Amino acid sequence: MPEVSPSRARVRRLLERLAPLIGLLVVGAVFASLEPAFLSARNLVTIPVQTVVVALGAIGMTFVIASGGIDLSVGSVIALASMAGATVLRAGHSVWLAVPAAILAGALFGFLNGALIAGLRIVPFIATLGTMGIARGLAKWIGGERTIEPDPEAVAPLADLLVKSWTAPGLLITAGLAIFFAVVLARTVFGVHTLAIGSSEATARLCGIAVGKRKVQIYALAGALAGLAGALQLGRVGVGDPTAALGLELDVIAAVVIGGASLNGGTGSILGSLLGALLMASLATGCNLVGVPTYVQEILIGTIIVAAVSLDRLRG
Amino acid sequence: MAEAVPPGIGVQALSPSVQAPRLRMQGVTKSFGPITALDGVDLVVEPGEVHALLGENGAGKSTLMKVLSGAHAPDEGTLELDGQPYAPRGPVEARDAGVAMIYQELNLAPALTVEENIVLGTEPSRSGGRIDRAERRSIAAKALGLLGPGAPDPAARVADLSPAARQLVEVARALAAQARVIVFDEPTSSLGRGDAEQLFSCVRTLAANGVSVIWISHFLEEVADVAAAFTVLRDGKTVGAGEVASTGPDHWVSLMAGRSVEELFPRVPHEPGEVLLELDGLSADPVPSGVGITLRRGEILGISGLVGAGRTELLRALFALDPVVAGEVRIAGAVAAAKGPADRLAQGVGLLSEDRKVEGLALNLSIATNLCLSRPGPVLRRGMFSRAAQSRAVADWASRLGLRFSSPWQSVGELSGGNQQKVAIARLLHHDCDVLLFDEPTRGIDVGAKVEVYRLMGELAASGKALLVVSSYNPELLGVCDRIAVMHRGRLGEARPSGQWTEHELLDAATRGADLEHA
Repeated sequence: MPEVSPSRARVRRLLERLAPLIGLLVVGAVFASLEPAFLSARNLVTIPVQTVVVALGAIGMTFVIASGGIDLSVGSVIALASMAGATVLRAGHSVWLAVPAAILAGALFGFLNGALIAGLRIVPFIATLGTMGIARGLAKWIGGERTIEPDPEAVAPLADLLVKSWTAPGLLITAGLAIFFAVVLARTVFGVHTLAIGSSEATARLCGIAVGKRKVQIYALAGALAGLAGALQLGRVGVGDPTAALGLELDVIAAVVIGGASLNGGTGSILGSLLGALLMASLATGCNLVGVPTYVQEILIGTIIVAAVSLDRLRG
Repeated sequence: MAEAVPPGIGVQALSPSVQAPRLRMQGVTKSFGPITALDGVDLVVEPGEVHALLGENGAGKSTLMKVLSGAHAPDEGTLELDGQPYAPRGPVEARDAGVAMIYQELNLAPALTVEENIVLGTEPSRSGGRIDRAERRSIAAKALGLLGPGAPDPAARVADLSPAARQLVEVARALAAQARVIVFDEPTSSLGRGDAEQLFSCVRTLAANGVSVIWISHFLEEVADVAAAFTVLRDGKTVGAGEVASTGPDHWVSLMAGRSVEELFPRVPHEPGEVLLELDGLSADPVPSGVGITLRRGEILGISGLVGAGRTELLRALFALDPVVAGEVRIAGAVAAAKGPADRLAQGVGLLSEDRKVEGLALNLSIATNLCLSRPGPVLRRGMFSRAAQSRAVADWASRLGLRFSSPWQSVGELSGGNQQKVAIARLLHHDCDVLLFDEPTRGIDVGAKVEVYRLMGELAASGKALLVVSSYNPELLGVCDRIAVMHRGRLGEARPSGQWTEHELLDAATRGADLEHA
């Protein structure tokens, strides 16, 4: 095997890490030149605020993908969690109970994903394809196929989390969680085990890592973060909507992949995933501002995903 | 060529008088960037000759065969087939010229019959695209006929055949396409003795029918059995060639290694101490069964045997990677149960996997991460990995094991095979394992690195570790181990001091172990 010269390898690694940032800057520059309003203070804050739900999902998904798995149930779990939160609010309880309920609902579904994957050895794609349907169905069942509308007063504290401001609590919470989990992934035993399982499950087993237990923890974490995203989703629209976040799992996966993670597992960066989420949100906002039709937007996002993955292929 | 003429015979008939060699490769040189893979290699194969191509991993055998099969164009040098210049521009031209490669990963359609596979892609057809069954049968019969009585049944489904018979179908397909030179690449490494014998007999018949065979194998006893001539490559050069009858495995080993047997297996003095590991009736499903072992500190015990005899399975069951169905493991005199590898590691037992790339190491993670993966404790500071402590651990083990690396954070996949193996061994030592289970410790690493691993094994024994070593390369077991036991169909024979074994006896016990005991 030819040994790669170290300096060249270092440059390549650096470029890989910077790729999502470069992508984001390019997208920003293109839209700014087409439409100066893109750089308005209002728009610049709208983008991150709109990214929060996808970003929270992407933090969890980064762990899942780094471990060599996939979680298709994120979108459905977000909807289910928003329904759980709305139910608690409608019953007259405060957000201090509604948010934990949403997180718990998400964590339980994540736990179920992990148990199916680690316990019954169902491949993650199929296991979470199943729970995607189950969670969506449950969400509809809870609301009798309708939205759940709690008292606007009760939802207000949640809605306030995502006011269009740089100090929106939802934004700060997401940023804090991102930093926290970036450290967890890179520097703790849990994170290194996650990467090791994704890089080579056989090696992880050989090294005495409790692979099954770790997988359950990884999916439960992803579920809990999806639950929190569900609570914020509830605040954003004010009602529990069983059809919310339809197809959102694909945005989340795309954010992680654009962020530099390989679907083969063993790599992943929380910061990269956030940049990936921001890139997609910028693209959506920019297209709206410039007046590009939605279908062009979809083609653009699709192209970027393919480009990001072919970059992954080139890395080998 | 529409008609299926028995190839070797037909070719010989064309050049009856002054017989040119079947294949002459002269001064073949091939570089990949700065790396010279082949440096003026000569190889001459006569018609109807089984010619063994020997060499360590990385000696250039594969590259040479890729030049022969048209996958690589040589930078310099000439090739001749039966006296005619031969310069294939791709695998298709090589095949048309009568050069066929038989790989272990076979290109057969398992659901089809032997006959259908032989003509696959070149089916004789009649008008309207109907297959000419009679013609197909005759093509297949002619090709199989060249293989003698051991040839597979043309009506059998390939899926129902043994691995050896499948290789023969591939050979027959090559013969139907007029092959004059057939290259076998490690054909027997996964075959049982009976299957291998069938393959040998067919290869001998094939040669008697005038077809030339190039035989690549690291089973030297087998080479002595089947081949008439040999060529040894080392570091991309031809370092020896001749007739098999006038030499022997010892000579080849030193040619391949480029050093004497003494230099290849450096002896580090070590003395056996107290008993550390005892196995009593250890069994897993389906192999091994009822294995008993006593291993002392400062001792290296080797396990020889064929692939599939249950040696790897023994190590995996012992390491609790696979379930144990019966038997007992005692470590330092106390019964040691284990639910999984984590328990064994805690008891000071470590396994070096035979499959370094898939299981032994997480290739895309860094050296530092791999090193500390099973025992992060010493490099954690307040629950978090300390980069500084990890770097120090890497530097520390690197200097002790002679690991060459550029950064502790480079991915293990960037290292050479020998250095990868050192990282895998370093992980066991970082874990402070006393019982080291080494499964094929020198597979796929170059000679220099092998010598270092052999010396390291001696040093580990000298420092009081107990080593249980599985290897398919008998010279290395004889050179490194204090005692050797042979496994045959899941049963482990008596462990005898290495000096009481010869390579031939090891192979004999591996192929006929149980029979020998009963006789």
